[in-house]
Amino acid sequence: MSERYKLNLLLETRDAEPLRLLFKYGIRRSLPVLLAILCLFAPARELAGAETVRFSEMYDGVSSLGITLSEKLKSLEGKIVVMEGFMAPPLKPTLSFFVLTSTPMSICPFCSSDSDWPYDIVIVRLDKPVSALPFDRPIRVEGRLELGSEMDVETGFVSLVRIRATRIKEA
Amino acid sequence: MFLQRLLLAVSVLLLYASAAMAADPELVVLPIDRAKFLAGQKFDLEVEFRGAGEGEIKLLIDGSDAAKLFGKTPVIKHSDTLSSYRFNDVTLKNSGVFKVEATATAGGKTYKKNVSYTVVAPQSTKAKNVILFIGDGMGLPSRQIARILSKGITQGKYNGLLDMELLNDGTALINTSGYDSLVTDSANSASAYATGHKSVVNAMGVYENSDPDPLAHPKVENIAELVKRTRGMSVGLVTTSNITDATPAAMVAHTRRRAEQNFIAGEMLKADVVMGGGSWQFIPQSTPGSRRKDDRNLIEEFKSKGYTFAGARQELASATGDKILGLFNLDNMNVYLDREILKNPDVLGGFTDQPNLMEMTRKAIDTLSKNKNGFFLMVEGACIDKQLHIMDWQRSAYDTIEFDKAIAVAREFAARDGSTLIIATADHSHGVSIVGTYHERDGKNGREAVRTYANSIYPTFADANGDGFPDDPAPDVTLAIGYANHPDYYEDFKFHTKPTAPAIMSGDAATANIARAPDGVMYRGNIPVNESQEVHTADDVPLSAAGPGADYFKGVMDNTEVFFGIVRALGLDPTKK
Repeated sequence: MSERYKLNLLLETRDAEPLRLLFKYGIRRSLPVLLAILCLFAPARELAGAETVRFSEMYDGVSSLGITLSEKLKSLEGKIVVMEGFMAPPLKPTLSFFVLTSTPMSICPFCSSDSDWPYDIVIVRLDKPVSALPFDRPIRVEGRLELGSEMDVETGFVSLVRIRATRIKEA
Repeated sequence: MFLQRLLLAVSVLLLYASAAMAADPELVVLPIDRAKFLAGQKFDLEVEFRGAGEGEIKLLIDGSDAAKLFGKTPVIKHSDTLSSYRFNDVTLKNSGVFKVEATATAGGKTYKKNVSYTVVAPQSTKAKNVILFIGDGMGLPSRQIARILSKGITQGKYNGLLDMELLNDGTALINTSGYDSLVTDSANSASAYATGHKSVVNAMGVYENSDPDPLAHPKVENIAELVKRTRGMSVGLVTTSNITDATPAAMVAHTRRRAEQNFIAGEMLKADVVMGGGSWQFIPQSTPGSRRKDDRNLIEEFKSKGYTFAGARQELASATGDKILGLFNLDNMNVYLDREILKNPDVLGGFTDQPNLMEMTRKAIDTLSKNKNGFFLMVEGACIDKQLHIMDWQRSAYDTIEFDKAIAVAREFAARDGSTLIIATADHSHGVSIVGTYHERDGKNGREAVRTYANSIYPTFADANGDGFPDDPAPDVTLAIGYANHPDYYEDFKFHTKPTAPAIMSGDAATANIARAPDGVMYRGNIPVNESQEVHTADDVPLSAAGPGADYFKGVMDNTEVFFGIVRALGLDPTKK
């Protein structure tokens, strides 16, 4: 396969014209391209219907007396949402939950008892443990939104907003 | 056969010897050697015999049995590795030096530990009120940076001095180390001011014993308890951080761990005026945003005990009564630059109506001065420290100026009142220094634009509205600030429009945060990789004082002497109650 041909494939893949490619090169030759296209579209298909929530959209009211969850957040309870943020340094390299923060954490409240979390955090629960992603780059979390105060039995960690994640990747 | 037996015998002996060495027993007396007390100041006296199983402990004070001297029965506890012999709430009423001799007997051996205590006699009353200003982490360079920004300097002479620098009836250099380590933290250092006793990092109002329960360590009576017990004075605590954070907490609480903030929030009931951030320690766990692990609603508890609650600036302005609980943020209050000048909603996060330190100080003095018996007020500039940790000297400097303006409020009161001692100091220092100035007028940038020696032309901070705060934190010619210690971080010598962490924890290591200075240069850290921030330093800190009793402060002094200067000025006599 010549370099020029590879480049063509790439360019044409970006144009996303699978049918034209199919006719032009035949099924066998264009199979990798088709797979590549499927991979490109697969996440988008899962994200369809998932509402994006920004950290700034989580609360309607914040005062010394507490936090009021926003109407948007409340209306999305039990639904699939997408949030972008930073993974806080977790307790263990592999973990079943971690904390998503709006900005990277310079300290690790799990590591040092004298520091505390900001109030605008989201707990991301995982069905199967994953390895920690980089902490200094934004990540994208997709999953079912859970609301209400809940304490993690193992760690005593109290959370208000949680996402039961089905998909996590670097943003 | 004989050789084998010999080998066995030798190994048994060696094993026995190494076991004995590992278990080298230790006899510890708390308070420690050279502890100093105000006559009648309450404390817990504990002897721990560590590492030798059950031991019989005896304690003599100036040759007399301690139990007889105190008229109390000691609490004796034994475990496999520890014996403890303790008196709670005892006092030494006579001044002088006391020889304390502890002995422990175990396995036919006797162990000894001798310490000495100094007790100082109560003095005549000089001041009715004391206001203690603690600029957290505000070392000498912090003062000077604030002076340059706030007052300006022309041809080498300052155009004015800070209010704290006009407190000149007493000036001293204060040593800050704790009894465990050279470099201290804000709990340990504030504890020295509040009790006259050094402690260990993260501890306040206690000596450290072996108990895993942070609330079970031997206590020493603090200034809030003393002024209440002996004279019925009022107590006020004002800060810009969580009110349960180390410095205000140490004025009232006793805990080995400053992280016990749920507990500390309840201890705030010992004060009459409580103002700052950190309301999340006061609302029940069921309320979104709470950091309590129980259902206590401390805001309601305070109200039921006669406190007026204020949650924002206007509520504080209209608050009346003899007791006030003012909590203006769930977490730490925002810094002056963000609160009063930049007002970026993303940074303020909904807290757009927080009072400043001057308003809080004025309200605290107005409220506390109603008490005929006088008051003790501690005002902390908390974020001078927090901003230096994240290497944001500009935000720190504006908070130092705000802290100084709060001192100006107190000076006005003291001038009218005539019987108030004002003390302004720091609790520890930071690794900051003024290297020179920085400008890009000739097109240079980065380290090449750091202007040293003759090139360090004067900065161009301007204050058109005359409020003492520079109008622009990023003028054409600014200061070049060097950090003596730092993690890996990016530097561009410029002001950051949003507070930005210099490094981010990534597992056990701090990684430089490119967001701090996207066009900057990465400098390798010079402290362990698990430190993500600039850290405290052991430098002595300046203290300035004015008013009756300020003459106590001179020369080079230990931090515990701040307590003795306060009780001397007030003439507290706890032997009479």
